[in-house]
Order: sequence, then structure tokens, then C-alpha cells
Amino acid sequence: MTLKIVKSGLATTIQDLGRPGYFHLGIPEGGAMDRLALRAANMLVGNPEDAAGLEAVFMGPEIEFTRDASIAITGAELPVMIDGEPRETWTSITVKAGQVLSFGFLQAGARAYIAVSGGIATEPDLGSRSTYPIGALGGVGGRAVQPGDELPVGDAPLVAEGRSVPPALRRGPGNPAELRVLTGLYWYRLTEDAGRRFFEDTWTVAAEADRMGYRFKGGRPLDFVDREPPFGAGADPSNIVDGCYSYGSIQVPGGTEPIVLHRDAVSGGGYFTLGAVISADMDLIGQLQPNTQVKFVNVDMETALAARAERKATIAKIRQELG
Amino acid sequence: MADIQSPLPGTFYHRPSPEDDPYKSNGDAVAVGDVIGLVEVMKTFIEVKSEIAGTFSGYAADNEAPVTAGQVLATLDD
Repeated sequence: MTLKIVKSGLATTIQDLGRPGYFHLGIPEGGAMDRLALRAANMLVGNPEDAAGLEAVFMGPEIEFTRDASIAITGAELPVMIDGEPRETWTSITVKAGQVLSFGFLQAGARAYIAVSGGIATEPDLGSRSTYPIGALGGVGGRAVQPGDELPVGDAPLVAEGRSVPPALRRGPGNPAELRVLTGLYWYRLTEDAGRRFFEDTWTVAAEADRMGYRFKGGRPLDFVDREPPFGAGADPSNIVDGCYSYGSIQVPGGTEPIVLHRDAVSGGGYFTLGAVISADMDLIGQLQPNTQVKFVNVDMETALAARAERKATIAKIRQELG
Repeated sequence: MADIQSPLPGTFYHRPSPEDDPYKSNGDAVAVGDVIGLVEVMKTFIEVKSEIAGTFSGYAADNEAPVTAGQVLATLDD
């Protein structure tokens, strides 16, 4: 069984839940940017939740199936068609050998996840099939899919058609989207006034938004507390002596445009990070289109941990619904 | 009349670069596969190609305007 890629979309990549354990060596965890959506897609077709599927951003690919299969598309609202006939997102679909999956224009969100029963069975690198193009790891020989690729798929029985994730359990960003933030080690670098403005202002997703990081613009520039530059940091007040970055950490080069690091981010560098988007809200960033408005919301650790538990409970409920 | 829609969200450009003329002007012939503009997203410029032939009758979205997927970018007369 293979998936024949007829059209590849914009940057359609094979993703699973990533390759944790190598970030200290500079190799990012990678994996689906909206992990809940990939897990749900896999559950819908009877796969292990960490099976590899496709992540399509902004535009869908066109795919021909060489054998009957169960598939599901979750995440962004990207209209699904089988041989040109509209089908439901977040629902299991049975496709016949020779049928073609295609997509309409994106309606909401940014990234759609395509799971197929048996999971994509390309060769894993460092324990994961996730595509990390810069490091040439995972995917199809380290790259995104291209027209003409035939992706191997594991053997698995079909599941019942029409299994569906209840709408209340499908999570997407609002408008403006709210991203909850814990302030961090370098927060002290900002003036009190600048810190207040960061959370007051409405930011807009810039064009430079991808799997490595999301850039935001439109808020007022941030001011820094005066200092004697430490040895090696350089004169720019947004610089530090190199430090570690975490997933979700927010750097603001020059104090102008915040960048939230995401799944394929670098692991360290010389910009101060004012804090980090909480883990529970990282999936939402993966669903932000350019020009979407965003508010950063200051929360404490207790709130962040409660949000993490709540997200876990949502995934458990989906598991229960489809179990 | 036929519409050319944006395949994806991003920033729309009428020109290949700021110094160049727009891809099409009113009255120009448009063949299938002709580029009518660019959409920038994720540091990538994607060419918007016409899937139909006709006569160019104008841009429906401004140069450098933010656009959504499916938004009409230009119109053609048959």
C-alpha cells in the first residue's frame, strides 16, 4: 500500500510526535505542530497516537490511494474531497483503491493532519519519522513530500466509517487568539512599562511564521533596563551571553518583533527570552494564519499546570469517545 | 467574468519585485498557467497562476494587501 502524491501542496511533511531527547545536541524534538490534532486523526483511523501522518500547511496536497484504507483529516478546516465529493473533517472516511483525496480553500486554522490506517511507514531517523528538512532527518529522505513520491503505509484493518470527534473537543484558536505566557529568567531585562505593554498590545502574525518559529508584529517596541553589556553579549540590549532556549520561548530581537520558538526551533542562542508560551497553548500556534490577531496573556505556574491537565483531559475524552 | 482566487493566506503582490511592472494590466491576454501575482507566506513567495484563459480585467486585491485563502485576487473577462 502506498500514498501516491499527485500534488504536494505548499510544504506538506511527514510528522509524528517527534524525536525527544536530542535537543541538548541542537536537534529539535520536531513533530506535529498541533499534537492534539495528529493524535485525534490517528485515533479516528485506529492507529497508535504517535503514528506518522501528513501535516499540510495552508494548502492541501492531492493524494491517490493504491489500496482501500481508512483516513481522517483533523486540525485546520480545509474542505476535504474524495474524487471531488465533499467529506467531513475530524471523521473517519473509507477510501477505495484508486480514489483521490483533494482539498478546497482553507477556511480556518492553518495546519491539517492526514492520518491513514496503518500509518506512514517511511524509515525513522533517531526514533522518529518527523521531517526536519534543515537537518535532513525523517520525511522522504529528509525532505517534504513532492509530486511523484509514493509513501509506504503499514498494514492495518479498516475502521468503521463515520467515527467523529465531537465539535466541543476540537480545539482551535479564537480571534483574537489568546496565548498564555509564563514570564521567565530574562524578564528583568524589560522596563516595567515595556513588560506591561507587551501584554496590553494586540499583535499580528507576520509572514515569517513557520515550524521553527512564529513572528509577531504590530505591538509597541519594548524598552530595556540600562546595563553595562556583559562580556560576549554585544551592545544590543536584547542580547545576552548565549543561553538555552525552550520550546515556546519568546525572544524579541532588538525589542521590536517577538518570535515564539516552535517544534523545529534552535536550542540556544544570544537573544534574551522574556518568557514562554505555556505547553497547553503550543498546539494553537500551529493553527494561526498570517495576519491573525493575537493577545499574550500573563499567567502563573499554577494556571499553566491546570491548563496542561485540562488539555490532557481533552485528549483522554477523545480517546474515550472513539475507544 | 471569472475570478482568480488565492490558493493560500498571506501577503499579495502584483509585481515580481518592487522595481518591476505588475504581472498583468487591464486588457492583457491571460493564458492558462500565466502568473498574475505572488503570495508571500512563511518566507516563501508562491506564484498565483491562472487556471483559465481570458482577458485581464483588473486586480481585486491591493498590492501588498493581506489576503485569505479563496479570496478573489483578480478577475478575467472571457
